[in-house]
Amino acid sequence: MPKDHGIGASSKRREDVRFLTGAGNYTDDINIPGQTYVHFLRSDIAHGKINAVNTEDAAGMPGVLRVFTGTDFEGVGGLPCGWQVTDKHGQPMQEPAHPVLAQGKVRYVGEIVAAVVAETAEQARDAAEAIELDIEDLPAVIDMKAAVQEGAPKVHDDLTSNLCYDWGFVEENKGAVDEAFEKAAHVTTLELVNNRLVANPMEPRVAIGDYTRHNGESTLYTTSQNPHVIRLLMGAFVLGIPEHKLRVVAPDVGGGFGTKIFHYAEEAFCTFAAKALKRPVKWTSSRSEAFISDAHGRDHVTKIELALDGENNFTAIRTETYANMGAYLSTFAPSVPTWLHGTLMAGNYKTPAIYVNVKAVFTNTVPVDAYRGAGRPEATFQLERVIDKAARELGVDPIALRRQNFITEFPYATPVAVEYDTGDYNATMDKLEEIADLKGFEARRKESEARGKLRGLGVNCYIEACGIAPSNLVGQLGARAGLYESATVRVNATGGLVVMTGSHSHGQGHETSFPQVISEMIGIPEDQVEIVHGDTARTPMGMGTYGSRSLAVGGSAMVRATEKIINKTKKIAAHLMEASEADIELKDGQFTVAGTDKSVAWGDVCLAAYVPHNYPLDDIEPGLEETAFYDPSNFTYPAGAYACEVEVDPETGKVTIERFAAADDFGNVVNPMIVSGQVHGGLAQGIGQALLEGAVYDETGQLLSASYMDYAMPRADDVPFYTVDHSCQTPCTHNPLGVKGCGEAGAIGSPPSVVNAVVDALQSAGKSVTHIDMPLSPGRVWTAMQG
Amino acid sequence: MYNFEFERPTTIADAVAALGGDEAQALGGGQTLIPTLKQRLAMPGKLVSLSGIPEMKGVCVNDDGAVSIGGGTPHAVVARDAAQHYPGLAALAGQIGDPAVRNRGTIGGSLANNDPSACYPAAALGSGATIVTNTREIAADDYFQGMFTTALEEGEIITEVRFPVPEAANYQKFVQPASRFALVGVFVAKYADGVRVAVTGASEEGVFRWSAAEEALSGNFTADAIKDLTVEAGGMIGDLHGSKEYRAHLVGVMTRRAVAAAA
Ligand SMILES: Cc1cc2nc3c(=O)[nH]c(=O)nc-3n(C[C@H](O)[C@H](O)[C@H](O)COP(=O)(O)OP(=O)(O)OC[C@H]3O[C@@H](n4cnc5c(N)ncnc54)[C@H](O)[C@@H]3O)c2cc1C
Repeated sequence: MPKDHGIGASSKRREDVRFLTGAGNYTDDINIPGQTYVHFLRSDIAHGKINAVNTEDAAGMPGVLRVFTGTDFEGVGGLPCGWQVTDKHGQPMQEPAHPVLAQGKVRYVGEIVAAVVAETAEQARDAAEAIELDIEDLPAVIDMKAAVQEGAPKVHDDLTSNLCYDWGFVEENKGAVDEAFEKAAHVTTLELVNNRLVANPMEPRVAIGDYTRHNGESTLYTTSQNPHVIRLLMGAFVLGIPEHKLRVVAPDVGGGFGTKIFHYAEEAFCTFAAKALKRPVKWTSSRSEAFISDAHGRDHVTKIELALDGENNFTAIRTETYANMGAYLSTFAPSVPTWLHGTLMAGNYKTPAIYVNVKAVFTNTVPVDAYRGAGRPEATFQLERVIDKAARELGVDPIALRRQNFITEFPYATPVAVEYDTGDYNATMDKLEEIADLKGFEARRKESEARGKLRGLGVNCYIEACGIAPSNLVGQLGARAGLYESATVRVNATGGLVVMTGSHSHGQGHETSFPQVISEMIGIPEDQVEIVHGDTARTPMGMGTYGSRSLAVGGSAMVRATEKIINKTKKIAAHLMEASEADIELKDGQFTVAGTDKSVAWGDVCLAAYVPHNYPLDDIEPGLEETAFYDPSNFTYPAGAYACEVEVDPETGKVTIERFAAADDFGNVVNPMIVSGQVHGGLAQGIGQALLEGAVYDETGQLLSASYMDYAMPRADDVPFYTVDHSCQTPCTHNPLGVKGCGEAGAIGSPPSVVNAVVDALQSAGKSVTHIDMPLSPGRVWTAMQG
Repeated sequence: MYNFEFERPTTIADAVAALGGDEAQALGGGQTLIPTLKQRLAMPGKLVSLSGIPEMKGVCVNDDGAVSIGGGTPHAVVARDAAQHYPGLAALAGQIGDPAVRNRGTIGGSLANNDPSACYPAAALGSGATIVTNTREIAADDYFQGMFTTALEEGEIITEVRFPVPEAANYQKFVQPASRFALVGVFVAKYADGVRVAVTGASEEGVFRWSAAEEALSGNFTADAIKDLTVEAGGMIGDLHGSKEYRAHLVGVMTRRAVAAAA
């Protein structure tokens, strides 16, 4: 019997009722009396020198309160970067200033040149059209390899070049890696592009700045995955507002996928302008603006080489990657192609020598930062593609080649600086072979052939690192933030609980899954537990949600705080029942004394804490509220094996996904239904990247795919019915829940499965295609087939 | 959006009069025009909605057997009400956009706009339809004059489109993955006096008739009859969704499929 509550139960997502009935409270639903509206005038050229911004006419237009330009922000800090990468020579990365509004130059299409605040959004927009810009065109750099050539136009004149950093990882491995390549029996080389993506959460970004004169407090309402991070970055680095005078609220957020982690200029602007004008200032992004102002994702150009010995054992991996930073460093941009990418290059395999080189490059494009998976999809894609290519070159079964090289003993220290605590890659591969019915593939291929279609099978593994930690380690790696999580558990007098978590839910279902954990621990119904998140005034300082860290890190903090609560309630129960604390047991919401029939209910103990008439006041304080900060000792390492079956129409190159199976090991699973949902969503995004999505710039820096007319998001009929399984569970060894994180797996593991499958289909028809760059649009597949 | 006046007449005559003013523009289903206004790419002084004019709506069969569709008829109504009389046309209407688009967008708006990737132009040209306006009748062969360009004069309204019904017809749409407009769409119609083949989505000149295929198919209405025919890649659209060569290739594939489906 599946459980009906607590850990392991598929409790229905309570938040969905309000989301699906239109009762959600999103940032744009918030309207403050006296509110004004800002319209941002954005650069429509990729690179130019600002000679003049004439705002005179605009300032006189109806309803206009003020027009701001870069000069208004000269005394203000720039948008900070939260991670400093040290290059292979030991030098810090080049870090350009990142002004709130453009100063001196514009550096990408979409950069804010001026901002008009008016009584209505339409008035602000009208006035913005009256601003006269004198911007002198400069040659733009778009292509990364061209950008690092001698003499290329510089995105930032005060930097020595467009190279942000040249990172070698692990530099000490380089000699051993080169030697292994010299000795290799076989070397497989693959050059590929990891396509640039636009995150496209359903809810575009929104920011409202508010300033209350009576107490001098600023409040920012924003579509953020981590309000405390925004408060710290914006308060301390940009606007100089002490944290006790700054509140950041991120209410219901309609999807983030990474792009709502970062601190954006619009947030700082609205907070700044509200204080300057003593009026609330609201900005709601249009979808068109989102395309050119939300941080983009991926955009790597990579060459990967895999060395094998005569027995097909992997002996070394060497990679060279160009990673696009865009025109400025977005909040966590430098960490994505380095610490979130290089550290995963071992994958699920015991390759003894690995060297990763990453050149991060400035170009005249929208800044690029973390997007669902962040670095790990890029690592997985190249590794699993090159292994697939090697298997084909060597004429060996791709699954057998993987199994032969699997890491089988844990803990396992990789040559790229991380230690996998636990895993069982053969178990997930066994499970995959079963759920994907790989035995039946040949029959299905014949059936496709009979219909004139080419069928292909792609299989791959993935490993990811979630819940980035511990803080002292990431500090050494250049993080300018801690990566713990916090929770305050407040028990009310009548026994209900409120958990104030530093994690943020923007679709993940924390309001359902977190109470399941408490329900399991205390034995009270889930609906006795309320989750509060997304408000710096109500929750302890937390780091928010990204990197599949909420349950593993935030959930662990909640467990720790709840343990403190339970310890205290046991003391109270012992007092009430005149028993020894050591004999008190808590089960199903009842405290009992071992070996007796004495009991007292959870609610009575809680009441006693707040009405302490009969209470051990000499030993403990009244009240029931505890806070815990949890800093994990390691990453968690979810892993799995995926299989994709495609059909290719040989006449048109159109790819359809016929079957997709995912066998994941997420450690313990709190809510299987939510986990399946997370995997489904991740798979849709990974399939989107593989088949449909691609942000494309022309050589002048215009984004060609700047709307849904040209940027293809996956629709329901683009994806198959998935077969997902998470019954292979090797619990995480170092967090109290044994959980690993599941939010990104689907997006990380699926792109190589799709591409492997298409290559398989084409090769089965005798085509000599070894790789096609994503997205595998019909046109690209057809073109590849001609060559 | 900029401010504009709004009128919703109930007769063609009133609509024509309303459109006579300066900077007035007709509004059909708004599926193209409203997004354009929202992006401030157009600035009409007045919008004259054609959605309240009963004489411009509906599907009927004329005495000569031709199917007549009112210029203000939404795609969803054509998909439903023309299904019996001209199934090839109804099926095309049923593939346009999504249900919301089909319930608002109109045949008149689509033909007036003449988007190079739109579906209806292929049906109108492929059927040798007559575009009826408030002032005249225009043969489809004279009507389409290149991307977003038609024979319509300023203020002229498409009131009706008349389709001679073929013996067999089929539309094959290969969708552009993002917009799901036609990357290449081919409408094939077989009439007693010959076959018409109209291609949309592919050419820089907008919808066109593939005369070599028409000729071959008029003699032998099978996919085989055109298996060696190709169109020149030269005048095709090449963009991030497909090269000129790819589109030229798809014209052949889609035409053969349309013939196979119709035959
Ligand atoms: C999401 C989406 C998907 C779509 N997919 C497709 C697709 O797959 N295939 C396809 O073909 N189309 C597609 N369309 C376009 C759709 O078919 C529109 O309905 C059509 O292009 C315009 O028709 P409308 O009635 O909405 O015209 P409007 O948008 O109202 O007007 C368009 C133009 O025509 C003029 N006009 C309108 N009616 C008349 C008339 N009776 N006489 C003279 N001029 C007139 C207007 O002044 C304007 O210039 C799509 C649209 C959307 C929004």
